[in-house]
Amino acid sequence: MPLPYYVSPEQMMKDKAEYARKGISRGRSIVTLEIRDGILLVAENPSTLLHKVSEIYDRIAFAGVGKYNEFENLRIAGIRHADIKGYSYSRGDVTAKALANAYSQALGNIFTQDIKPFEVEVLVAEVAEGNGSRNEIYHILYDGTIEDERNYAAMGGQADEIRRFLKDHFREGLPLDEALQLGVRALTVTQNKTLSERDLEVAVLDRAKERRKFRRIPPEALSQLLGTQR
Amino acid sequence: MNDQRWQHLFRDYADSSFSELLRRDSPHLFPGPETHPPSGPAPVEAVPHGTTVLALRYRDGVIMAGDRQATAGYQVASRRIEKIFKADDLSGVGIAGAAGPAMEMAKLFQTELEHYEKVEGDNLSLDGKANKLGQMIRMNLQAAMMGLAVVPIFAGFDEKAGVGRLFKYDITGGRYEETNYDSQGSGSKDARDSLKKLWKRDMSRDDALRVSLEALIDAADEDVGTGGPDLVRGIFPSVKTITRSGFGDVTDDEVKRVCETILADRAKTGNGG
Repeated sequence: MPLPYYVSPEQMMKDKAEYARKGISRGRSIVTLEIRDGILLVAENPSTLLHKVSEIYDRIAFAGVGKYNEFENLRIAGIRHADIKGYSYSRGDVTAKALANAYSQALGNIFTQDIKPFEVEVLVAEVAEGNGSRNEIYHILYDGTIEDERNYAAMGGQADEIRRFLKDHFREGLPLDEALQLGVRALTVTQNKTLSERDLEVAVLDRAKERRKFRRIPPEALSQLLGTQR
Repeated sequence: MNDQRWQHLFRDYADSSFSELLRRDSPHLFPGPETHPPSGPAPVEAVPHGTTVLALRYRDGVIMAGDRQATAGYQVASRRIEKIFKADDLSGVGIAGAAGPAMEMAKLFQTELEHYEKVEGDNLSLDGKANKLGQMIRMNLQAAMMGLAVVPIFAGFDEKAGVGRLFKYDITGGRYEETNYDSQGSGSKDARDSLKKLWKRDMSRDDALRVSLEALIDAADEDVGTGGPDLVRGIFPSVKTITRSGFGDVTDDEVKRVCETILADRAKTGNGG
């Protein structure tokens, strides 16, 4: 067997990171905002069947950008982690923090050990129970880097521009309709087009809901929420 | 081309199943023969048993009701046990038989339905849910032969057909759909006799509620294991409705009011049985 060419570890990591970033930057973006009644997730996604945002557990939601089959795998792994933990302990013991750590470990391992890294970024959000606890938003990158975000988060192709926009425009305690309008403006900040309800996938972790807080907002309700300001 | 490398991915339809996942990844958590080593019959008097649950169809869907007593041999094991569990937004399970395994099965079943819904992004059909519960009961057969049988009633609203439907089971997991009403547990014969006389097609919610409580009161009257309305402690049967708009509780206050009316009517006519 011929020996493989020597490539320095630095060069290998750099190449992998560049490869992953390229894949992710091709994809459409997702914004997450802390709002008055919970957490709002807005994705640019023309498909109504292939989801980028979904429910993991009672108070926990998942969002992924990049390569669909890769983040779909991670999403299902997350649901398994949460359901087994909740079944063997109690529903209250399932936390976004543990899940975010698991994602971080998994993506970190794949990045260092596999030839091809995952071209994804994922986000795990947990809405606060109330009584003093705060929302948690974890953003996990393709190499396992994990960030604890506050107020807003953005992932995908135009993430940097969106973050800059939200830094200037985000306000705490926004109601759902205003937050949604802000989120949609953020998604179009680098694009010369408007997004209609057909281009969007929107869900909230609604603190007012019983037990399972995750709620998708269907297109009919979306156009209403978006239209209120027009 | 090596087909084995990818063809297995098409056989992973069981990947949406929580119980399959549990059996594969965490067998120590899986309720089944392993956790009930066969060492002769279980001392039935030491294990609390749930007694009477029933389900009946009415105009808007189905009503499920159960008494609140668990009985171990000749002793009351619990006066406040809950026997009707929400399985998901459109279905419920009423448990009878060995209370421990039955509640564990209800919990596993709830997780199973929620897991499927989250992974697939879609709900199982009502038949699919009923079938899955049958498989879970079958897995308990060994324990059932030792006296720890679990025999639930499953009822739900079938969105496709637009009607309420109910299913009963035997200890082997056999599944039988009932068209109008059924009851399960030690007081089931008495409850069923009562339902046979009182049930009518297309009853209103109020009528259906009254009929279900009449049946439970009759069961409590005739069967030592079944608990009746406990006016002293304020414990009343639990009653749930499952309709197009979801799984709902009937409040204790309302159940209490109807129970009191039934008891007063029976006292007036002297027709307590």
